[in-house]
Amino acid sequence: MISLRGIGRDFLLGRQTVHALADIDIDIRQGEYVSIMGPSGSGKSTLLNVIALLDRPTRGNYTLDEQDVTGLPDEKLAKIRREHIGFVFQFFHLIPRLTATENVEIPLVLSGMAAAERQDRVRSALVTFGLEGRADHRPDQLSGGERQRVAIARATILQPSVILADEPTGNLDQATGNQVIDMLEKLNAEKVTLIIVTHDADIGRRAKRQLRLVDGRIIADIHGGDHE
Amino acid sequence: MAGLSQTFTVGIMNSRDNLVFAFKAVISHRVRTVLILIGIAIGVSSVELLIALGDSARRYITGEFAALGTNLLIVLPGRSETTGGPPPLLGETPRDLTIDDALALLRSANVNRIAPITVGSAPVAWREREREVNILGTTASMKEVRHLDIAQGRFLPQADPHQAIPVCVIGEKIRKELFGPEQSLGEWLRIGDRRFRVIGVIKSTGVSIGVDMDDIVIIPVASAQVLFDSPALFRVLVEAKASSRIDAATENIRSIIRDRHEGEDDVTIITQDSIIATFDKILRALTFGIGGIAAISLAVAGILIMNVMLVSIAQRRTEIGLLKAIGAPNREIMKLFISEALLLSLSGSFFGVLLGLGAAELMQRVYPTFPIGVPLWAVVSACGIAISTGVLFGVMPANRAARLDPVQALAKR
Ligand SMILES: Nc1ncnc2c1ncn2[C@@H]1O[C@H](COP(=O)(O)OP(=O)(O)OP(=O)(O)O)[C@@H](O)[C@H]1O
Ligand SMILES: [Mg+2]
Repeated sequence: MISLRGIGRDFLLGRQTVHALADIDIDIRQGEYVSIMGPSGSGKSTLLNVIALLDRPTRGNYTLDEQDVTGLPDEKLAKIRREHIGFVFQFFHLIPRLTATENVEIPLVLSGMAAAERQDRVRSALVTFGLEGRADHRPDQLSGGERQRVAIARATILQPSVILADEPTGNLDQATGNQVIDMLEKLNAEKVTLIIVTHDADIGRRAKRQLRLVDGRIIADIHGGDHE
Repeated sequence: MAGLSQTFTVGIMNSRDNLVFAFKAVISHRVRTVLILIGIAIGVSSVELLIALGDSARRYITGEFAALGTNLLIVLPGRSETTGGPPPLLGETPRDLTIDDALALLRSANVNRIAPITVGSAPVAWREREREVNILGTTASMKEVRHLDIAQGRFLPQADPHQAIPVCVIGEKIRKELFGPEQSLGEWLRIGDRRFRVIGVIKSTGVSIGVDMDDIVIIPVASAQVLFDSPALFRVLVEAKASSRIDAATENIRSIIRDRHEGEDDVTIITQDSIIATFDKILRALTFGIGGIAAISLAVAGILIMNVMLVSIAQRRTEIGLLKAIGAPNREIMKLFISEALLLSLSGSFFGVLLGLGAAELMQRVYPTFPIGVPLWAVVSACGIAISTGVLFGVMPANRAARLDPVQALAKR
């Protein structure tokens, strides 16, 4: 359960203060499927970053699974990111010198898991996402869709309860993009909370709950999925 | 699904994985890494080599002094308030040291042997060959006191030091120059306006501190006094019975000379140990000095590491942002980059040590008479400096990486 209360995020641009987020109140239950849409600069990425605990809000309170995480120190936040949150990016953000296997392995390495146990987990994750033939390829030897699948495998390897995706199809053609969304939805079917930021209305409509952001405010919160 | 992971992880990247990750990062930039390694290796090897040279010079020079004799004291005419200083230029003219003064020193129970010395130079001729040569007048004991070896014939005979016997012992260089391939033993040399029979040739010792024993003619002290027309000795070499008795011998010498010189304490006594100790001190300081100067090159290598790491961090912003996004705390990022600095300085040091050892070996081949040894402390301090500068200069960039804002790093703006 994600609970945001009165969340605001200001940026200082020279002398001007930009209110990227203004007074956001929202509850997202475990296992929900939410899309966030809105014009460019409306604060979608900022909202996702706050939820991901990558960015600290200027105001407001954030409660994650009954725990107030608003002012936690870096060490604690990192642990929560590692264990509860999976992030999927528009630009994949794979480490170029590492193979697919090694990229997927990073969260396990960071968590201090023993090498033997890591191997099995990474192998089965690669199989799950249809990457077993690409295990030893580096990112520059992979297609866009494959890169995003590696990124999703990496985001899910520690079985997070929340997956956040910021325009995950933004750099993919439509067919590949749809495959990626299918994969994310499959995860959601297993009760993982899924939040997708997108510019693509078709993708946005696939979510059961659709948020619309303008100027840092939620102007629409449609629970529509049940009727489709 | 949620929360499962807490049960099987410690939450801290283990150090082996940390090093592997850092290693992969380091080797992925080949040119950059090689340049840094060269920089560190040159720094480390120069520190190592210069310390080795300084230390070898110290051991060589003190060794040469030790080879001059054992438990030596040198008595020179003229008083000096502090031992080791030059004789005073002002004040009353000191009394000359004479052969009898020298012989009187044997009365001390702490003195083993003495060798009076007179020096001068005179033209030395054999047949039509002639040259100016340093002449040393002394006694038979000189051979033992000064640890001389004889190549041919024998040294000066045991005789009354007052007796001007017309014999001489020549250095190897003089022998070569005057006699060449011809027999020298038994030949008569003309020294000044006198004739001396060659009875021995001193074995060449190679390079030596002080008097070059290869380029000298030794005659009995009384003969030298006649030749140079002066009863004054240049100095007296005294060998104490044991190193523990050097101080007592010094006291004895002072009082014996005082007795003979109407109560005047007009000699200076220098001990071999004090000379060695002084040189040892000076050359140690010198070694530290040149080692320190070379260490500056390591500081330069440290700055190189810092710059390269800053560039590397600028290029790897998204990677750092990503690591944070998927759960690396700042501390872990910091450790990763310090590990990179550590890996670079460690392996640079390793190559530097090998390079230094190789260079020392090469120098030893080029200068076989000068014993070059690389002391362990040279290796240890060179590596120590390299690794600590590497880590020190790695901290700032690593800290910068750790403080990077992941949102900005991941945003493609
Ligand atoms: N680090 C920053 N410094 C200054 N302003 C920022 C910063 N990050 C975001 N902003 C501003 O905050 C606002 C919201 O940005 P955000 O990236 O969340 O928008 P977005 O909805 O994700 O836009 P897009 O659809 O283009 O990705 C924008 O006006 C942006 O310029
Ligand atoms: Mg955005």
